[in-house]
Amino acid sequence: MREVALGTVIPSQSYFINRQTLIDYANASGDQNPIHQNEEFAKSVGLPDVIAHGMLTMALAGRYVTQWAGSTAKVKEFSARFTKPVVVPAGVDVELKISAVIDEVTARSVVLDITAECAGIKVLGMAKATIALL
Amino acid sequence: MFNPDAVGKQHKSEKTFTVSADHVSAFARAIGEADTHNSPVTYSISFSLDSAQAFLQEQGLDWSRVVHGDQKFKINRPFVAGDVVATSATIESFRAVAGNEIVTVRSDLYCGDELVQQQWTTLVARA
Repeated sequence: MREVALGTVIPSQSYFINRQTLIDYANASGDQNPIHQNEEFAKSVGLPDVIAHGMLTMALAGRYVTQWAGSTAKVKEFSARFTKPVVVPAGVDVELKISAVIDEVTARSVVLDITAECAGIKVLGMAKATIALL
Repeated sequence: MFNPDAVGKQHKSEKTFTVSADHVSAFARAIGEADTHNSPVTYSISFSLDSAQAFLQEQGLDWSRVVHGDQKFKINRPFVAGDVVATSATIESFRAVAGNEIVTVRSDLYCGDELVQQQWTTLVARA
């Protein structure tokens, strides 16, 4: 039985993002903004390098939440703020580490407070998921 | 400049989007999800903003300066292959902060009369 007590810490999981991941995500999501693929363009608009789609980071947090929930149908609400970009230099597998704490418990659902970080820097803010228990 | 009077305006997409097993599986694979049958939690972002984009641009949002500020999903059920989805986008709020234009749009995703999912998307057109 999964522990659903308030304050329970859910073990962290690492996900990896590289330039190919960004191309695959752009094609699947339809978001072809060049800041996610073209280094020269990203730098021309003041970014340090190519950055990951915020929605890719959120999708990986969604995988984490779904795994804990047991099925995609249990996830009722999911929200996040994109506070810091995930910078993806060429040839690097960037580690995104995701963890969560049970923040709220009711008879029917729990709320997970999610932390997503790259090299110790939080990249999502106010990231929460409401999971149905029944 | 974004039109501040656009708050409250609603736009219903003329086209519907049909969910296919291939599209769900392509999205799942792109995010490394082993389950390629059930649609991932964030799947609907792959089609929800298509019609909203033109609507927001008509209201003056400069898409070339836009970054994603925050995102929320309310999910009554996951989308499944065969769903024919109509989107209604409503501009919920607008504010300008230090030259940045911050717009929140709500997307209501319907299959017929069934409200399947809702999204709130905050976009920031950087100064």
